[in-house]
Formats: sequence, structure tokens, C-alpha cells
Amino acid sequence: MRYLPLTPDDRTDMLRRVGASSIDALFADIPAKVRQTELPDLPRAKGEMEVERILGRMAGRNVSASSVPFFVGAGAYKHHVPASVDHLIQRSEFLTSYTPYQPEIAQGTLQYLYEFQTQVALLTGMEVANASMYDGSTGTGEAVLMAHRVTKRRKAVLSGGLHPHYRDVVETLGRFAGDSIKAMPADVRGEEDILGQIDDETSCVVVQSPDVYGNLRDLRPIAEKAHAHGALLVTVFTEAMSLGLVESPGAQGADIVVGEGQSIGNPLTFGGPYVGLFATREKFIRQMPGRLCGETVDAEGKRGYVLTLSTREQHIRRDKATSNICTNSGLCCLAFTIHLSLLGEKGLRRTAETCHANAVLLADALEQVPGVEVLTEAFFNEFTLKVPGNAAEVIEKLAEKGVLGGVPVSRLEPGRPELENLILVASTEINTDDDRAAYAAALKEVLA
Amino acid sequence: MSMNREGRGATAPEIHEVHQDHKTFTGNRALRIEEALLFEIGRPEVTGVDLPEPPKVAKRLGRHERKAPINLPGLAEPEAVRHYVRLSRHNYSIDNGIFPLGSCTMKHNPRLNEKMARLPGFGDVHPLQPQSTVPGAIELISELSRWLIELTGMQAVAMSPKAGAHGELCGMMAIKAALEARGEEHRKVVLVPDSAHGTNPATAALIGFEVKPVPARADGTVDPEEVRKRVGPDVAAIMLTNPNTCGLFERDVVEIAKAIHDAGAYFYADGANFNAIVGKAKVGDLGVDAMHINLHKTFSTPHGGGGPGAGPVVLSERLAAYAPRPLVVSDGGNVALLEHAEGGAAESLGRMTAFHGQMGMYVRALSYMLSHGADGLRQASEDAVLNANYIRACLQDLYSAPAGDRPCMHEILFDDSFLEGTGITTLDIAKAMIDEGFHPMTVYFPLVVHGAMLIEPTESESRASLDFFIAAMRDLAMAAKAGDTARFKEAPRYAPRRRLDETRAARQPKLRWQAPEPMAAEAAE
Repeated sequence: MRYLPLTPDDRTDMLRRVGASSIDALFADIPAKVRQTELPDLPRAKGEMEVERILGRMAGRNVSASSVPFFVGAGAYKHHVPASVDHLIQRSEFLTSYTPYQPEIAQGTLQYLYEFQTQVALLTGMEVANASMYDGSTGTGEAVLMAHRVTKRRKAVLSGGLHPHYRDVVETLGRFAGDSIKAMPADVRGEEDILGQIDDETSCVVVQSPDVYGNLRDLRPIAEKAHAHGALLVTVFTEAMSLGLVESPGAQGADIVVGEGQSIGNPLTFGGPYVGLFATREKFIRQMPGRLCGETVDAEGKRGYVLTLSTREQHIRRDKATSNICTNSGLCCLAFTIHLSLLGEKGLRRTAETCHANAVLLADALEQVPGVEVLTEAFFNEFTLKVPGNAAEVIEKLAEKGVLGGVPVSRLEPGRPELENLILVASTEINTDDDRAAYAAALKEVLA
Repeated sequence: MSMNREGRGATAPEIHEVHQDHKTFTGNRALRIEEALLFEIGRPEVTGVDLPEPPKVAKRLGRHERKAPINLPGLAEPEAVRHYVRLSRHNYSIDNGIFPLGSCTMKHNPRLNEKMARLPGFGDVHPLQPQSTVPGAIELISELSRWLIELTGMQAVAMSPKAGAHGELCGMMAIKAALEARGEEHRKVVLVPDSAHGTNPATAALIGFEVKPVPARADGTVDPEEVRKRVGPDVAAIMLTNPNTCGLFERDVVEIAKAIHDAGAYFYADGANFNAIVGKAKVGDLGVDAMHINLHKTFSTPHGGGGPGAGPVVLSERLAAYAPRPLVVSDGGNVALLEHAEGGAAESLGRMTAFHGQMGMYVRALSYMLSHGADGLRQASEDAVLNANYIRACLQDLYSAPAGDRPCMHEILFDDSFLEGTGITTLDIAKAMIDEGFHPMTVYFPLVVHGAMLIEPTESESRASLDFFIAAMRDLAMAAKAGDTARFKEAPRYAPRRRLDETRAARQPKLRWQAPEPMAAEAAE
């Protein structure tokens, strides 16, 4: 077995040195009646070539985003990632290192986390950011728990524009933690009266912008009303690229900003691993979940970095910790921070402008198809399309014609007849005139 | 593996002579190059990404367009490559050498797995594209599920939890849901042995359970009598790590499980140490109701400097119905990805993450499993246990093992009693190991012994690598006992940084780079 360096002779010698009569003698603490004597009922070892053949066959059954005109978003986005990103994250010293618990030999990881935290704070317009969460949805759950700790209240209000999966994650956590979660009904056009839901018992209002239907939301009045009642504004984004072109949530009064960072540096990978971005105001840092990296000096006075404020965390505080979180999304943070360093202000702005322009052109092209309507007025790179017919069937037929045309809203919100003819359509810098023409033509045929 | 031992005689006194006095103009030391922060070398007007001019359109951003600059620095590609390559060289990694971090299972990460995860059919598919366009992705999850179920002897597996602690949360939520279904919400107490990972009590407390400790025997194992004393109608579950964090198999686990079940409670197992028993025991046979599996430990997906992990949870028949959505189920030859709890699945505990879980990790884990096969997986566990016992046998005359001569599983626990009177601590030993070119073992965990040192070599180490490590560890223990205090207190001397001031970092938190004053003024203009 190519991954196991011990030879049979090594094993014999080592057992002798250990003073064990056989390998099974070392497993003697496992009660005999539950000790496994037969091999598991699974195939035997295989060489690289055979494994590649098996997995290659499975992979070959899937339609990859790059192989077709691709417009699927709703929380995960296909962007172009520079070749150097994937090369650099596979450096052994990044890929095969552990959490930087021994900072003297983990300055590489710690410095990029410090740079990552700074980039996230700048992008979101906030004062501080942590070293990441599992993904945007679990980060949103953690943001609500944090708001409860800060306000010492336990009632959260969720906007109807919040991604339904994010809402479900928050509701699941809230139900088990014994908190009250008020989720507003699906709000396709950004018209809900969320201000009317805020009262003196509200711990936080959770609002996504751009929301799941694509609408850019005005966060300022919500921040004002929330603050007037001693509540926090939690803002959510699922498309990090939007922050290059859209006003930051920090500038609009957000107290906690949480979002999905996959768009920058990370592949789609069927939903994970991704990277949750989490930022807040400095006064709340001791209530923040997740790892934090901070600057300090070493014994010679040289600048260096360590994990800090760990008295918030489970390995110190155990059942009094701010969260049970033990990992961040290290390598995905690294991909994010490398891609963003390559983009810089100039590249981010240009990519974001291209995403927006391509989405505008797509909206224009699809609106030309008879019976089709774009419902979203102000959007970044995703909008809601109303089609004359069942959206899930339309998407399926488009796929048969080789176009991945978006996400039927019914996939996120099943059993809601009023949403059954809606499609979430996204566009990024990868889309071309040909892609748009192919989508419009296929949609016209499918609806004919 | 061959090691260059030149200049590294095991006991010669000159081996740790210091030549730090020579200053260099740059502050660099040959291959070790200092690297400034991104914000000190990047410029907002520079970009390493060339994109054509965006199409000209009338924007549809409403009044939401950003007006203020972000002040993000950019790097040209050569600058970026150099920045991150230099940073990488300030890290230790498994690919550099043994990484014996106990309970973390730092084993070799096969590169085949990286290649497989990057196949477009896995890496470049969207979680919400029509299921009809991703049958191979669903097949992969189903196949991995089958392996995990067979290896654990459990009923079902919830794949979506994103990491070990997230898996714990999943398992404990399933237990809470099952208790609610039985109308026994009054069961609020979760028993957690003192040796448990901090995530166990943190998870239980997060969803409203009350944590009660269970004391350990002198060797760190749990006495079923102590469990029996504490179980009752108020107890929801026990959270037990097996093998435990002292590196011992809980030999009374079946009895403990019976005591828990007889009292109407559930058995949650922390699967962090599963690597010791793959193919040697099925946790289903031990009476476990739920256990998370850290794919990044046992099944070699890279730790990546602290994530991403993956924490699928295997469930017993009693808890299977409460699995979260999405869920991949297989009925004969038919495989389905269920995204919502509909109809008969009303018991499902709900959704724990936006999409289907850590697909990238699933591909790597299955690639690892297919490579090993049933025989290789069992051999890996045996080698991991043999390697740990070999270290135990070769060090126990100099280091102090709380469990005495007793064989360990995949990791060996020492305490600091051998250092008594030397003035040298566990931390000092760890820092001196850094100078010797090793990553230290886990220190000060588990909490049940004083000054813990937990060494987990894994099956990836050759005998030569173990012998080299053992020789160095013996030398360190002898030097400590001989009173060579400076070697320890001043360590590490050869790492990119000396000991860092963690108190200062916590008292005056500086969590992001700030522009120096003149630059800040410029940026504000």
C-alpha cells in the first residue's frame, strides 16, 4: 500500500520492541465480542490508475459549469479564478499545515489570516473581521446568536429576502437553542414592511442585500429603526463580488456583516467547502464567534502574529464559550485573499462592473422573449425572471438544450404556488454575447 | 525516507551552539526571507488580473452604487506569487516532517485526492444546477456514505455537517429531536468526561443542555460505575470520545452504553480518534447512537492551516429519522438527493448549511478510501497504533506515562512529572522541539493530567522517521534532566519568530492593518 511506509520486517521488529506478541495484543482493550475479525465488506486496495478511472467515470456523468452557457447563482457563483491561486494554495506549507497553535512556525498562515481579516473589514466597511466561518449560512446562524449575546434578547427578525436556505439554517439553530425567530414571507420585489416588525424585544434584524431575488436593499432606515429600539442590524450577502460595486453595509449602519466568500477565489464544488465572511464593530469583538488573528511582537521585538482572544473559544471556555466552532475555513480564506490581492481595488471594480453589465445585457435579452418578465428593478448580477409556465420544468428543458439557466425559486421554497413561475438568473464576467444569445434562443423555444 | 543527519549528532554538546549574532543588512537569513504585509507592498492602482473593458450599459443599481473607495491593494502576478511563496516558507507542514499533534491525526495527504477533487465534474458543478445534470456527484456522496456506514456499522449517515464541531451539533440536535418526539424534553443533562474536547461541552450548552462532568480513573478512562451514579430521568446523553483523548480505548464502553440506554438516554461518540479503530471495531456494535467522523483526520483530507474540515455524522436506527436535510438516500440501485423534509420525513431536524456539505472533501476522502481498500484501511489503523506504541516503548523510561506500561491506541500521553525540579515545562519542551525541526505534540490537553504531552505519529511515518524523532526526544529529556535550562527557555531560536507575546495580543487587540497616519489622511481625500 503506497501510503504506508512500514515494511513487514519493520512491523515484526517494532512489535518485538514494544513487547507485544501480535498486533492484536495492542487492541486487547477492545472487548473480544465486539472486536472485528473479518475485513469490512468493501473492495480491496487500488492503485492510482484504477482510482482515477472510477472517480473519473463518476465526474464524467456531470455537466460542468465551464462546458455550457451557465447562469446559476442563488448563493454560489461561477467566476474566473486566476491560475496562480490554485497553484499557491497547493503549496505544501499551506495545504498540509494545521491550525496555527505554535505561532513561531505558523507565521505564514497567521500573516495571511491577518491580511484576510483586513481585506474583509475593508470590503464590508466594518472595523474588524474574524478568520472566517464554515460558510455564509452557518455564519448567519452565528451572527444571530452573537446578536442575542450582545443585546441579551432572544428574538430575531429575518427578512423575506434572505436566502431560504440561510433562513432554514437560522431557524434550525434557533429552534434547538430555544430562541424566537420571526421569518417574514418570501419577498420577491423587496416591498416588505420589515420596520413594522422591530420592537423593544428584537435582538436583531437580518437583511440580505443583494437579496436572494436580486434586489438591492436600502439598509439605512432599517439600521436607524433597529438602533432606536436597541436592536442590531445583521446584513447578509451571498455574492461577495457585489461589494466591489455596491455601497458597503458598514457605511449603511450594519452592526454585523456576514456573507459567503466563495465567489472570490473558490470553485463551485457542488456547494462546499466555502468560506463564511464575518465582520463587526470593534466594541463587539469579545462577543464574536470564531478564530481571530492579532498582531504582536516576539521576544526580540519583531512583529509577528498569533491567534488571540481565545478566552471566547471552546478549547478554553468549554460550555461557556461564545460558539462551539473549532475550525475556520483556512485554505478557502487563503484562496480568497490571494484572488483579492491579485484583483486589488482596480481589478475588483472592473470584475464587478463586468458582472453587472453582463447581467443587464442578459435581462435585456431575456425580456425580448415573449411572455417573460424581469421582476427586479435594482440589482447587481442576479435577478428574478417570471416565465409563463412552471419554472422548474423550464429549467429542466433548458438543461436538455445545453443551457443551465438559473434556479427555479420552487427548489428553494417548495409548495408555494405563487412562486412556481419564478427563476433566479445570475450572470458573471464569464458570460459572453454567445452565451446570452444561446439562453434567449433556448428559452424562446422552450416556451413556444 | 532518508534523513540528513549531518551535524545533528544525538548528544554532542556543540549541536545547539547559537550563531544568531551575525546580523544581516536585510534581516533575512539565506532561504528564510522576511515578508512585509500585503498592505505595505500592494498599490490600489495595480492589478494582477487583466479583464477587457466592461460592456457599456445603463446601470441598474438604483441608488446603491459604491461611492467611496475601498483602498484594497493589488499585486501584479509575480509580486503575488513571491508574497505567498515567502509566507508559505514560514510554516511547518506534514510535507516537511513528522507532525505528531495528538488527537489531530496529521497524516499524509495524497496528491491523487487533490487531482480528483479538481476534476471539472466535481470541482466545477453548482449545488443548485438541475439534479439531472449531476448524477455522478450524487453517486459519489452515496458511495462515500456506503463506506462510512459499513466501516461504522451504523444505520444512516448525515453528510452535510461542515466540520467536527458542526457534526457534534448535528448529533446532539438529533438526540434532542428524538427526546422531544418521546415527550421527554425534561432530559436536560449531558454527561461529559473531563478528558473530552472543549467542543463537546460547548456544543451541548449551545442547544440548551446542562453539562455535568464525569470524573476519570487515574489512567484517564471512564468508570461505568461513575456513569451509573449519574444517569437518571434527567439525563439526555453522554458524549464520549473513544479511543479517548488519553489515547486509550474505553474498555468498558459496552457497559457504559448499556447503562446509558437502560436509563433512556443516548450515546454520542466523538469520532475524532476513529483512525485508531477502522476495521478493528464497528462503533455500531459498541452501542453508539451518533458519531461524527472528521474526514480531515481519519480520511486524510488536508487540514489546510485550520480548515476546511468535514464532519459527517453516522446515526443509529433510533436516530436515523432525525437526520438533517439535504440527505442522500439509496434504495437498492436508486440514489436520491433529498433537499427538503417532506411528507413522511417530518422528523428531520432541519437544515444545517446552505448546500449539500463539503463535496470537495468527500471526493478526497473517497479517493483515499478506494486507494486503501478495506485491507489498507485496517492496516493503516494497525500501523498508527503500532507507531504510537513504538514511541511509547522507546520513551517511557525518560518520559512519564500516566497509564504506565499499558499499550496505547494511536497516540501516547505523557505528563510532566519527569520534569519535576528542572524548572522546565511542557511548553519549553515543545518550543525546544521546534528548534530540532519538529512540530510539537499537543500540549496541555487533555486536561486530566498535569502538563500533558499527547503524541500521535500516525501511520504515515517510516521507522527511520520514528527513530530519528525518538532520538531527539530522548536527547531533550536528558538535557532537561541535566539542567540545560537555556536550551529550553530560549527556544525556539531558529524559527522564523522567537516566542510571541500572546498577552499583549489579547490586551491590546490589533486585528487588522491600519494605514499609518499620512497614508490614512491621503486615503480620506
